[in-house]
Amino acid sequence: MKFDTPAQTNPIDKMVVVGRAVDRIDGPLKTTGTATYAYEHREAVNPAYGWVIGSAIAKGSFRWLNLNEVRAAPGVIAVVTAQEAGPLGKGDFNTAKLLGGPDVDHYHQAIGVVVAETLEQARAAAALARVEYARAEGQFDLVKALDTAAVVGDNGKPASPEIVGTFDAAFAAAPVKLDAEYTTPDHSHAMMEPFASIAVWNGDELTVWTSHQLIDWGRSDLAKMLNIPKDKVRFLSPYIGGGFGGKLWVRADAVLAALGAKAAGRAVKVALPRPFMMNNSTHRPATRQRIRIGARQDGTITAIGHESGSGDLPGGSPETATGQTKLLYAGANRLTALRLAVLDLPEGNAMRAPGEAPGMMALEIAMDEMAEKLGMDPVAFRIKNDTQVDPARPERRFSQRQLVRCLTEGAERFVWSRRNPKPGQTRDGRWLTGLGVAAAFRNHMSGTSAARVHLDADGKVAVETDMTDIGTGSYTIIAQTAAEMMGVPLDAVTVKLGSSEFPVSVGSGGQWGAANSTAGVYAACVRLREAIAQKLGFDPASALFEGGFVRSGNRSARLGEAAAQGRLTGEDKIEYGTLGKTWQLSTFGAHFVEVGVDAYTGVTRLRRMLAVCAAGRIINPKSARSQVIGAMTMGVGSALMEELVVDKRFGFFVNHDLASYEVPVHADIPHQDVIFLDEADDKANPMKAKGVGELGLCGVGAAVANAIYNATGVRIRDYPLTLDKYLDKLPPLV
Amino acid sequence: MPIMLKVNGQSRPLSLDTRTTLLDALREHLHLTGTKKGCDHGQCGACTVLVNGRRINSCLSLAIMHDGDEITTIEGLGTPDKLHPMQAAFVKHDGYQCGYCTPGQICSAVAVLEEIARGVPSHVQEDLTAAPRATNLEMRERMSGNICRCGAYSNIAEAMAEVAGVAG
Amino acid sequence: MKAFTYERAKDPLAAARAVAGRPGAKFIAGGTNLLDLMKIEVEVPTHLVDVQDLPFDKIEQTPQGGVRIGALVTNTDLAADPRIRRDYAVLSRAIVAGASGQLRNKASTAGNLLQRTRCPYFYDTNMACNKRKPGSGCAAIGGFSRQLGVIGVSKSCIATFPGDMPVALRLLDALVETVDPQGKTRAIPIADFHRLWGDHPEMETVLAPGELITAVTLPAPIGGKHYYEKVRDRASYAFALVSVAAVIQPDGSGRVAFGGVAPKPWRVEAAEALLPQGAAAVTAKAFAGATPSKDNAFKLPLATRALASVIAQSKA
Repeated sequence: MKFDTPAQTNPIDKMVVVGRAVDRIDGPLKTTGTATYAYEHREAVNPAYGWVIGSAIAKGSFRWLNLNEVRAAPGVIAVVTAQEAGPLGKGDFNTAKLLGGPDVDHYHQAIGVVVAETLEQARAAAALARVEYARAEGQFDLVKALDTAAVVGDNGKPASPEIVGTFDAAFAAAPVKLDAEYTTPDHSHAMMEPFASIAVWNGDELTVWTSHQLIDWGRSDLAKMLNIPKDKVRFLSPYIGGGFGGKLWVRADAVLAALGAKAAGRAVKVALPRPFMMNNSTHRPATRQRIRIGARQDGTITAIGHESGSGDLPGGSPETATGQTKLLYAGANRLTALRLAVLDLPEGNAMRAPGEAPGMMALEIAMDEMAEKLGMDPVAFRIKNDTQVDPARPERRFSQRQLVRCLTEGAERFVWSRRNPKPGQTRDGRWLTGLGVAAAFRNHMSGTSAARVHLDADGKVAVETDMTDIGTGSYTIIAQTAAEMMGVPLDAVTVKLGSSEFPVSVGSGGQWGAANSTAGVYAACVRLREAIAQKLGFDPASALFEGGFVRSGNRSARLGEAAAQGRLTGEDKIEYGTLGKTWQLSTFGAHFVEVGVDAYTGVTRLRRMLAVCAAGRIINPKSARSQVIGAMTMGVGSALMEELVVDKRFGFFVNHDLASYEVPVHADIPHQDVIFLDEADDKANPMKAKGVGELGLCGVGAAVANAIYNATGVRIRDYPLTLDKYLDKLPPLV
Repeated sequence: MPIMLKVNGQSRPLSLDTRTTLLDALREHLHLTGTKKGCDHGQCGACTVLVNGRRINSCLSLAIMHDGDEITTIEGLGTPDKLHPMQAAFVKHDGYQCGYCTPGQICSAVAVLEEIARGVPSHVQEDLTAAPRATNLEMRERMSGNICRCGAYSNIAEAMAEVAGVAG
Repeated sequence: MKAFTYERAKDPLAAARAVAGRPGAKFIAGGTNLLDLMKIEVEVPTHLVDVQDLPFDKIEQTPQGGVRIGALVTNTDLAADPRIRRDYAVLSRAIVAGASGQLRNKASTAGNLLQRTRCPYFYDTNMACNKRKPGSGCAAIGGFSRQLGVIGVSKSCIATFPGDMPVALRLLDALVETVDPQGKTRAIPIADFHRLWGDHPEMETVLAPGELITAVTLPAPIGGKHYYEKVRDRASYAFALVSVAAVIQPDGSGRVAFGGVAPKPWRVEAAEALLPQGAAAVTAKAFAGATPSKDNAFKLPLATRALASVIAQSKA
């Protein structure tokens, strides 16, 4: 199904099942420990255990590698290094190779895998590897590396700054100006399930159970690395213990499980140990951002400039932290530019809301600062600079843009009027309290997505697609979509996901999963409805699918009758035309937070949080709300504690475990409120839905930072806002 | 080494490497994979099980040290067809997303309510000599050894409040 | 984790002898720190002596009016004990400020005293560490030291003692009771129990090989208001940036010890005398001669402010 004109009224609009806050259909499995994750599949019989050996240096090569003790250790079946593996292909999505040696590209890069009878034996044997390294000079200092970094486009290729109007002159002429620098650190996905895979070969055919967000990308890249045809790889991820972008790419566990299994001649399980993950895999790159905003006294922005620098390994790409600034606020004169430095740290790559997450952390502090300079309320300042068109191409309108409503309804619900505009004035016992606001913004992306839907004689519907559920609720919203389309109750639908045996979906990433994968299911259901109508001799255009029956005129039949002689199947994909170019498809929101900052110790604790989101039709308000509160929680982490600390001498992230890389715990997070504005975006897809999973993160950090400023009067522009950065600036103790 | 674990009411004889953790004994030997390995270093809580009624991190305990112990895992609390009230409350309040930390959260949540009932104090208790109450703040502090990167905390607190019979 | 043999000790003397008699042997009780370190081969014992069956799980009154805490009493049970909550609240408070409910259920009193540092360079076996490998150097010096020590550290090691409970024990003048392989017992004042790193950061306590902790005793209660103020980035389940254990008497006098700043719980009795003059006077004395790095210099003003908070609470 080609989606190239705005959606008309369609069966989803009935919203009998879609749009309802139903419990997740996979809930009973997840809450009883019966959902099966990558390392837990038992179809691969008698598996051996692989343990990864990692590089002890960041850059250089082996002088020698001695594995004699490893091979002689109890239980060892096989050892695979780059030498044994032979030349491996490089996946399209990886910057650094997943099996290093003799050259090493980053700290903890895998340089081999030990396969043994038991996990304990493999782990102990791996520690016996002896390597003598020749260290090479590396660049690990982003500040220094940015000095000579070139301006690039989103893809990392050389480019010029994007300019609209005449930025420099307009900024210089603006009566009220802000020119400030902001920094965000490297972040770790820190998903709860480590990278893990089980691989088994049957002749030249490979089956891999792994933890991956996008089956087809993973399957293609793994095949490429192993130099085998893609159709020889069976790639399975029915449940994924979190990804946040970190599991969009094949990682060392899958490659080394496959190589280990080949060498051992049996199934091999590999999981990355937690202390290994932060340096072995990808991370959200640190940024240094400069924001300039010029405005008239009445608050009208006349110039807005956003430049961001980040680093990556050679051949990598930038953190696109300026993207939202092209679209979020009005202003005739604009400049955005990305700089990309070469660093020899582990590979930078996508993490939840890549670009916008760190970009909004900076931009939305800048907006707060600017509002203060103008003597305006920060909500009012944002509203003043709303735009309903793409500022660079005013002929392009936003398909839906309810930012103003998000801000005003949020302000009312949060009782924003309680905020004292003068910072550092409000106290509750030992706590300095403050309120902060930030806009939320994230673009919506469309992508081809296919599904297959079956109808059986008992009236039950089964959906198959290689879409994944990384905690996002895919199982449930796909079931809701199929139930709505086929006119059956939710419990008449079963959903199978995460297998390369199923039609290729859009996968999970970029908050594109929900809208596009359900649109693909919609397309497949349209086909199935046609097949059913035809079978029953009904007019497919006018047939109604309701309550387990198909009706046309005064004729009616039980749905299952159509499959009485055998299963009926509809398969199709959603594909997109140019609506996304004609219209700007984006999602919007507003974050409001209240913090208390301990007047003595400077510790910040959240008191209240509210997000108001406008993101198209919400297919399941319960699971969508969870996406948003989860993103808000991650935003609190980025505001208050998360930082991969770079040791610039050795070139690695020092705090590489879950004790030293702190993410929020229960005690950090207060009750969170989420409001979804009523919206249905007919330019997006037949579901009229967009995404929320990343929108919920964008802006939260800045809202917290702005609240801390409101509480203390101390403006911190370097994340995370740990107390050591402002302790000496807090009001003196009495 | 030969040992006997009593897991979810059943005696399970095992012969294990001294190095095998209770977690790996459950997952790799007894195939009770509901108990999860998130960090293997006591930093996340995904491996939480109840041993003789008390919650512990099964990753930081050797299986051989539990000879004769009674172990309750998530599988022992309830099944998809017969959920434990805490499991049902997690489903109702969407107290999970990816599901990987969830069994640990639920085992911990069950233990937390028992600890509050038993009067075990916490960091956020103002009066140490008083009996603790199942407030939102208390449950959040006591659950803090169970990390949920998906960020379901606010919903988990509501699920626990429902089971505890207090307002969320 | 290297392979090891295992035995479950039946009595204290046998346990002590089992460890003393075998190079590379270690006691294991809760195991929450030891196993963590064994998995990454920072600890590589060849033999483990499991002491969980030893009769050290009671909390009893002493004839002197204090309490004797068995070495195997779990953190949870110790924090929950009514006498401890009533008479030694700073100890309960310190315990529940540490780790998580799960860890406190497993961690023992003796094990808590023997916790090893959380220095990230100690935990990363690719990095030089004099504590892990004597003479190899210290990668933490000149590296990321935000969590590390500001006083009592040395040119060999700038790690901190990470625990909370022992800070309160130091404040309460606890005695650490031990038995050695010959059956000889002794009571070590907590002030002497942990060493400063000096040139030998691998030597962390004064325990002799095979010497087994049997109990910790507390003198009679000292009254006063009890506080344990722990400052950390996240609200729970994190090691202290700085912690302050304090008992403040109605006249404003009292005791103060600091955690998260030094190789051992940091208490300077002469500084306590300055409590009536306020927090800044106390910390100026307690931290005289401090050698912070750029990363952790904030711990000094933070210690002052945390103590000021405690003093303010005591006056409220």
